Amino acid sequence: MGILDSKVPKGPLANKWTQHKNDINLVNPANKRNIDIIVVGTGLAGGSAAATLAELGYNVKTFCYQDSPRRAHSIAAQGGINAAKNYQGDGDSAYRLFYDTIKGGDYRSREANVYRLAEESANIIDQCVAQGVPFAREYGGLLDNRSFGGVLVSRTFYAKGQTGQQLLLGAYAAMNRQINRGKIKAYNRHEMMDLVLVDGKARGIIARNLVTGEIERHSAHAVVLATGGYGNVFFLSTNAMGSNVMAAWRAHRRGAFFANPCFTQIHPTCIPVSGDHQSKLTLMSESLRNDGRIWVPKRIDDAIAIREGRLKPVQLKEEDRDYYLERRYPAFGNLVPRDVASRAAKERCDAGFGVNKTGEAVYLDFASAIQRYGKEEALTHGIKNPDEKEITRLGKKVIEAKYGNLFQMYEKIVDENPYETPMMIYPAVHYTMGGLWVDYNLQTTIEGCYCAGEANFSDHGANRLGASALMQGLADGYFVLPYTIGDYLSKDIRTGAIPTDLPEFEASEAAVKERLQKLMSGSGQHSVDYYHKKLGKIMWDKCGMARNAKGLQEAIVEIAALRADFWENVKIPGKADGMNQELEKAGRVADFLELGELFAKDALTRNESCGGHFREEYQTPEGEALRDDENFKFVSAWEYKGEPKDAVLHKEELVYENIELKTRSYK
Amino acid sequence: MKLNLKIWRQKDAKTKGELVDYTLKGIEGDMSFLEMLDVLNEQLINKGEEPVQFDHDCREGICGACSLQINGEPHGPDRLVTTCQLHMRKFNDGDTIVIEPFRATAFPVITDLVVDRSAFDRIQQAGGYISVNTSGNTVDANAIPINKHDADEAMDAATCIGCGACVAACKNASAMLFTSAKVSQFALLPQGRVEAVDRVQNMVRQMDLEGFGNCTNTGACEVECPKGISLKNIARMNREYLSASVKG
Ligand SMILES: Cc1cc2nc3c(=O)[nH]c(=O)nc-3n(C[C@H](O)[C@H](O)[C@H](O)COP(=O)(O)OP(=O)(O)OC[C@H]3O[C@@H](n4cnc5c(N)ncnc54)[C@H](O)[C@@H]3O)c2cc1C
Ligand code: SF4
Ligand code: FES
Repeated sequence: MGILDSKVPKGPLANKWTQHKNDINLVNPANKRNIDIIVVGTGLAGGSAAATLAELGYNVKTFCYQDSPRRAHSIAAQGGINAAKNYQGDGDSAYRLFYDTIKGGDYRSREANVYRLAEESANIIDQCVAQGVPFAREYGGLLDNRSFGGVLVSRTFYAKGQTGQQLLLGAYAAMNRQINRGKIKAYNRHEMMDLVLVDGKARGIIARNLVTGEIERHSAHAVVLATGGYGNVFFLSTNAMGSNVMAAWRAHRRGAFFANPCFTQIHPTCIPVSGDHQSKLTLMSESLRNDGRIWVPKRIDDAIAIREGRLKPVQLKEEDRDYYLERRYPAFGNLVPRDVASRAAKERCDAGFGVNKTGEAVYLDFASAIQRYGKEEALTHGIKNPDEKEITRLGKKVIEAKYGNLFQMYEKIVDENPYETPMMIYPAVHYTMGGLWVDYNLQTTIEGCYCAGEANFSDHGANRLGASALMQGLADGYFVLPYTIGDYLSKDIRTGAIPTDLPEFEASEAAVKERLQKLMSGSGQHSVDYYHKKLGKIMWDKCGMARNAKGLQEAIVEIAALRADFWENVKIPGKADGMNQELEKAGRVADFLELGELFAKDALTRNESCGGHFREEYQTPEGEALRDDENFKFVSAWEYKGEPKDAVLHKEELVYENIELKTRSYK
Repeated sequence: MKLNLKIWRQKDAKTKGELVDYTLKGIEGDMSFLEMLDVLNEQLINKGEEPVQFDHDCREGICGACSLQINGEPHGPDRLVTTCQLHMRKFNDGDTIVIEPFRATAFPVITDLVVDRSAFDRIQQAGGYISVNTSGNTVDANAIPINKHDADEAMDAATCIGCGACVAACKNASAMLFTSAKVSQFALLPQGRVEAVDRVQNMVRQMDLEGFGNCTNTGACEVECPKGISLKNIARMNREYLSASVKG
């Protein structure tokens, strides 16, 4: 087993990052002009990295598969972004954010990275406000905060229910400024198909122009992958339809280790599946758990009556409702971390208390919040003796101001008015904590290949806290990567432009073309979606919210068989030399079919339960996750060796010098 | 339900397109409009025909990718939704639905229902930003309090998703609503005031260069905008533009 060097700087935790920035090599401004960087992905991580790198003076090329950087999946983030600003004076600090993140991640993340993230978090808010991001404000004109799961302070900044949109538009604007200056050249509707290595270093990519179908070579001195998460391996997830693992997986095949692939976040509050036609799932932001109370009926016959439409939820009396999170976790109540909330919902539904037709839904109820806010509003507006109706009206107005767009979204999809009747929700795949292994500098195991944002594994351990992905993406992109990459590039100031006619580019291009050819020449039995849905079902049933050894072993065999079938029999109409969305999907599904198998293998290897990874064999008598720090306090980093089943495990032992490992408790 | 679809098929930018008829059965009210098209495409693929291509990604009304002209209306008959959020319960059994791409000179068709909206990016590149460096040396976020009303209004303008429905709805194919939303967001914030003059001039110049039409105040854009971007923004941009012209 090899040894992974995390390159965590020496010294006390709080000084590491500052000291490191003082120690690393810099590239002088004149030399930056001679250095090219490719940034694949223009979400929060890639967009912010590209803008900052260009501003520093490097020549940047960006790539994204959408028609504009503004449409990256980050746009969909709803609830908010964390920062240890302590504006609320509730005792928040960088240390507390660090502590919450490590604990929330169930002690499977790297201390130094997480501390740096917490340290930089405050900077992000300053930066975004300066860029004109319209965060929500209080009447006094200062910034407002809300709370998210797994923490006891209010540190989440938000822009209505569209925080990701506003932050991404901020990063996009920063990119636009650099595009206007000629420092970024944006290649939109382009998909990275391969990473090109020259003398063991990442020196470029092969991309497909999705409009013309042309295969292009692009060279650079370093390549940054910020290509997002791989939740779509489950077919149904809250991710955008095009979210994929291709770029990360291609890099993995070229030597980048893939870390913790089985660490997936299943988000507790999503709109339940409505039928076989379902193409994706819609998240109802975690921020709703600030005000919504989660419940199912106490009695099974009530649950049955509700399912059969004989009983309405609003008819059920308080004492007949089971607010199971408040019951099981009095300290955190409805704001327990996501993994805990999801498993609790599954537990109730498996026990027969589900409330929709399929029995796979629980209620998220705003009635008490409407009452509470209504009374508050009446008081602050000097309305004396308001009647019930007036209180409800005022309360609804507050809820609308806070979550209006989410409520509207819910109503459009489900055709029910959530101001009047509780929402129905169920857990769905949402985020992947796993990703390419990176060291403290965000470099993968391939020299010159960096990875940022959801695509890397670095900060969230086995479970991510709400509102922390946006924080990580922007910290990586604005404040970390632009400096750490300089240390590497300082050795390249005399290299000169990398030619694209090197044999390595030729070979890589040939391999890409051959693969496309192979995809186009399937026997034509089944569509790409047919395979994707099959894969998704295996993943959800056997690698989902609860896993066991037998299921995982089966999954490995089934996925391998499905992959073979796919390559034999997939059907892709049309041609490769123009826009062909089926071909795009096929390339992505082909890689999911490899990743899925590694995912199952990783889950099978990890004989413990931690965070989002719940192995049924390892639980306490109360059904809580049973971690095994003695044997599994490590990051699994998998090395590609041909078939996923042959992947070789490398362990990065996690060292906790500043935090004492405890059993996570939210009771 | 059963539907008669008339869908614009066009091989590529150079080839002429036409409406092609399809009938589709077994569509349920809970399906989204794009899921209905998924069903059609699955059937076409299984028959060995080429599926209908259309832009989409988030399928929850926020990325702005989806862009269909449905029975003559951008994003279809429902209000304040994008095509991906439109549900089939808005249609009836036996309906005929005409599906075309967003039409505008500045949005050339790439294939089928996919159009090129990069003109929008270029308008933003001309000035849709505040020129601060992203290196983190900024003042504390609470150093400049902002009136909640202005902040909320800036936010409302900022929710534009860049879908282009406003252009497709306008008989002149004007991009005023889109452009004014960005100009307004920054005009309302103290951070944005510094460059207000240059911003509005540069963005409007680029908008004209891209071949978008003039605004004749018909208000069709506001009606079709899935995000409820208000005409007030156009008025505000006009004021900004006028005062910018005075300042030179
Ligand atoms: C519905 C939803 C709500 C969320 N809400 C929150 C929230 O409130 N708070 C929070 O902190 N987090 C939230 N998250 C998580 C968060 O949004 C994401 O983790 C984060 O935005 C990911 O950003 P990213 O920059 O890493 O990747 P993305 O935004 O996914 O960007 C990926 C980029 O890579 C490009 N790309 C991918 N593959 C290729 C390829 N092969 N070639 C070229 N380009 C490629 C894409 O075009 C895109 O530009 C939410 C997630 C979802 C799904
Ligand atoms: S103004 Fe409205 S219609 Fe126009 S691009 Fe923005 S969101 Fe779309
Ligand atoms: S697909 Fe994103 S807005 Fe419709």
